[in-house]
Amino acid sequence: MYKQKNYSQLLNEIENNSNIKSLIVKTEVSANDLSIYVDNEKLYDLLKLLRDDEDFLFSQLTDLCGVDWPENEIRFQVVYNLLSMSNNSRIRVKTFTDKNDSVVSVSKLFPCAEWYEREAYDLFGINFKGNKDLRRLLTDYGFEGHPLRKDFPLTGYVEVRYDESKKRVVYEPVELKQEFRSFDFESPWEGIKYPENDLESDSVNDK
Amino acid sequence: MTNKTSEKFRVNFGPQHPAAHGVLRLILDLDGEVVERVEPHIGLLHRGTEKLIENKTYLQALPYFDRLDYVAPMNQEHAFTLAVESLLNVQVPERAQCIRVLYSEIGRILSHMINVPAQALDVGALTPTLWGWEEREKLMVFYERACGSRLHAAYFRTGGVHQDLEESLVNDIFNFCDPFLKVLDDLESLLTENRIFKQRNVDIGVVTKQDVLDWGLTGVMARGSGYHWDLRKTQPYEIYDQLDFQIPVGKNGDNYDRYLIRVEECRQSISIIKQVIERMKPGPTICEDKKIAPPKRAEMKSSMEALIHHFKLYTEGYDVGPGDIYKAIEAPKGEFGVYLISDGTNKPYRCKIRAPGFAHLQAIDYLGKGHLLPDLSAILGSLDLVFGEVDR
Repeated sequence: MYKQKNYSQLLNEIENNSNIKSLIVKTEVSANDLSIYVDNEKLYDLLKLLRDDEDFLFSQLTDLCGVDWPENEIRFQVVYNLLSMSNNSRIRVKTFTDKNDSVVSVSKLFPCAEWYEREAYDLFGINFKGNKDLRRLLTDYGFEGHPLRKDFPLTGYVEVRYDESKKRVVYEPVELKQEFRSFDFESPWEGIKYPENDLESDSVNDK
Repeated sequence: MTNKTSEKFRVNFGPQHPAAHGVLRLILDLDGEVVERVEPHIGLLHRGTEKLIENKTYLQALPYFDRLDYVAPMNQEHAFTLAVESLLNVQVPERAQCIRVLYSEIGRILSHMINVPAQALDVGALTPTLWGWEEREKLMVFYERACGSRLHAAYFRTGGVHQDLEESLVNDIFNFCDPFLKVLDDLESLLTENRIFKQRNVDIGVVTKQDVLDWGLTGVMARGSGYHWDLRKTQPYEIYDQLDFQIPVGKNGDNYDRYLIRVEECRQSISIIKQVIERMKPGPTICEDKKIAPPKRAEMKSSMEALIHHFKLYTEGYDVGPGDIYKAIEAPKGEFGVYLISDGTNKPYRCKIRAPGFAHLQAIDYLGKGHLLPDLSAILGSLDLVFGEVDR
């Protein structure tokens, strides 16, 4: 059987490692996954420690992902999913950044971060300081806006079609044949707490 | 390989090119025939899957996963379903787990039966493609008989699978196994010792152990370089830990090793399929929780409660408690992961899809440098790319 290092072992090791402990803000466990929060200036040092420290050896960056929280004071979150093949464990590192701020690029530590960062830049407009090639990756040439932000409409702003008279593809503002409908099926009744006393007092009055 | 009379070119490769395996555009800097730089331009198939998923309920989000790696659709669904299930803390019945493993392995063969011949086609062999596709066709029929569609299955649902399998279908899958092994042998007799195939693949696109870590390579790309790493063994899900199968591992990390591993994985998959069919017992195929799984048709004719559950499930869906999770499965192409953030409503707040092909394609500049132009298409073939998942 292959041993997996679980979140409680990882938490213990982080607790005992003063270098790492001093860098992180807090830890969080969700469904057996361990996440650690870090300030974005300390991110690079933390990932370097996690990669090189013999107890951790998180040597592969599985995924890098941006998240938009428009209500938060600091809007964007960057999530790093790391994998250690030698210890058979995973960990998540989370940091926050803003439109005007930037996160240090980790493409020097993990070359594969380059495209992931480009993707996050493309879809969210998150800046990565030190990424040599921070261009759009997934969207069209000349695309404007950052589509995965929560305030970007699902239908987008422009649509393309082939124009027979101009003999080329033209860009036009989106024209919806039917208004975009967003259904809210969330039950309005669930989660409402009715005051228990009212019912009782009613029955008392009836008598 | 520099020579004084060489000429520098900048060439556009794709997006419509038979060796590009889809809509890939490469800008190549060439020195004569030697590749100096490869710059992939992706996103031509970008459909905004992640954005769409954020606007759909968990059930409605599921079919988008069939459209990622459309060569092995159910494997993608698997990762998403597992992620939702762990957030909901749902137990999947044994028979459903067996069916999932069965169809995951069928998906693996589907994927390898397109990749191995395509890699051969990229270096000039036509026949394997015809043979591979013939086997694929048979497997697509198994898909169709299980869920009604050949490609866009939407079969792995939260809590189990959509429908039970018929006994005759299970028998037919079992009867498929042994003749398929024969086809695999025939396929190997065309390629494994083929002089041209070896000349074009041995020592081409060599990936070292460090490259695997640096470039986030997973699956066959990692195993080809000697990592004994398969999520079905190392971080098992469903019933994989109770099954007996081997993980083929390469030595040299070149195209040829990866080809050999894929062929061997097909054999292992067949062995898994046989074991699963022997284990399968009659039983429920989806969990009992009526807030998550729909009621039976017959029940809805007589029970008001069942009707309400059905209506609520297909309009409102189910709420998933707040939290986030990363779940990965061993897809045929590598580690396919879903990072899901739930805010407690019936729609995912964020669903990041970690596609193996994305990381593999990124490494093409590194791997292709210094190779000849025709080797580049051999490397592309061996990276096992499907643009549905790279572009998302």
